[in-house]
Amino acid sequence: MKSCLVVDDSKIIRKVARRILEELNFDIQEAVDGQDALDNCKGSMPDVVLLDWNMPVMNGLDFLKALRKTEGGTEPVVVFCTTENDMSHISAAISAGADEYIMKPFDREIIESKFVQVGLL
Amino acid sequence: MMRSEDFELISGLLKQRSGLILPKDKVYLLESRLTPIAHKRGLETLDDLVNEVRLKRKEDLLVEITEAMTTNESFFFRDNKPFDLFKDFALPQLLESRAAKKKIRIWCAAASTGQEPYSLAIILKEMEAKLAGWNIEIIGTDLSQEVLDKAKVGLFSQFEVQRGLPIQMLIKYFNQVGELWQISEEIRDMVSYKKFNLLDPFTLLGSFDIIFCRNVLIYFDQPTKSDVLERMRKLMPDDGTLFLGAAETVLGITDKFKPVQGQRGLYSTTDASAEVIEKLRAS
Repeated sequence: MKSCLVVDDSKIIRKVARRILEELNFDIQEAVDGQDALDNCKGSMPDVVLLDWNMPVMNGLDFLKALRKTEGGTEPVVVFCTTENDMSHISAAISAGADEYIMKPFDREIIESKFVQVGLL
Repeated sequence: MMRSEDFELISGLLKQRSGLILPKDKVYLLESRLTPIAHKRGLETLDDLVNEVRLKRKEDLLVEITEAMTTNESFFFRDNKPFDLFKDFALPQLLESRAAKKKIRIWCAAASTGQEPYSLAIILKEMEAKLAGWNIEIIGTDLSQEVLDKAKVGLFSQFEVQRGLPIQMLIKYFNQVGELWQISEEIRDMVSYKKFNLLDPFTLLGSFDIIFCRNVLIYFDQPTKSDVLERMRKLMPDDGTLFLGAAETVLGITDKFKPVQGQRGLYSTTDASAEVIEKLRAS
């Protein structure tokens, strides 16, 4: 079973994402901000990170940059999942090493289709 | 509840005008898709709309009803696999056999809002270096003018560009226009659109090396399926390729197309050509 770290400061979003991803057979961990996610990854690297952008303490982009510099941190597939939906944010995320990008609001079909894109399903 | 004579009137009309077979258990589709048309015309209920059809049979209303019932959702790189097969087998085969003429024509027979022909155009654009000097035409047809108008403009919602389209392709080939995303002019220019009913004669369409006819035949009855496929075969050379939807088959419908072994939904016009594709796959 593949592991997915869901990073979002909204409890509701984490719950929705967890429900969808568990149905797709992922083992779910949760983190509430970038720092929490980074600590989590240093413990054990997940196969995939579903990542919000705007969060307190450490935002998603800073987390991604830090992750990619961490040992083993180039391995996880990182899929942004954020309300930031303009081209400049998308380009910045991809340049920083994100593999895919989901613009909120999302549904099961979008998550599934994006996970297929990056070869997770 | 819709009265059965009303259902028969509308389903008969749909069959006659588009080939669409509407089973009785899909009556809810009539209700959900036609009620907005009734309201738009100042009528209160679907019953009123059916009466209008029965009494006046006005052409514009019949067209609107047919279009509303035959429009189906579409997304970029739908099912992925057919597009990989296009890129890895159907196209390479033709690049070899057409090396002298350098001309390929592709028909998307139910282009809808353009996602399928644009996905093909993006694939071709990505292979641009290999295709220098080639003339590759993509023609998208649909029964509905409304969806074709949308296809031509190439504006898609955030929801539409997230189903099937890799983010890299969004960055590369789309421009953000307010809340929407517009596919770039260079991709739009690679596709031409034409309103066309598959029940009409194919004579003016010309010939095609590759035909995409996915998730259309499922709406037709058996004789219409055979008829459409057999007429398509007549437009194609002996090394032509046909793509059907994942849930569709030619088996029991026509022997004019030959399944490519192990590749669901992919058909060749001759056994010899199917074998060429199978060999490409093995190599």
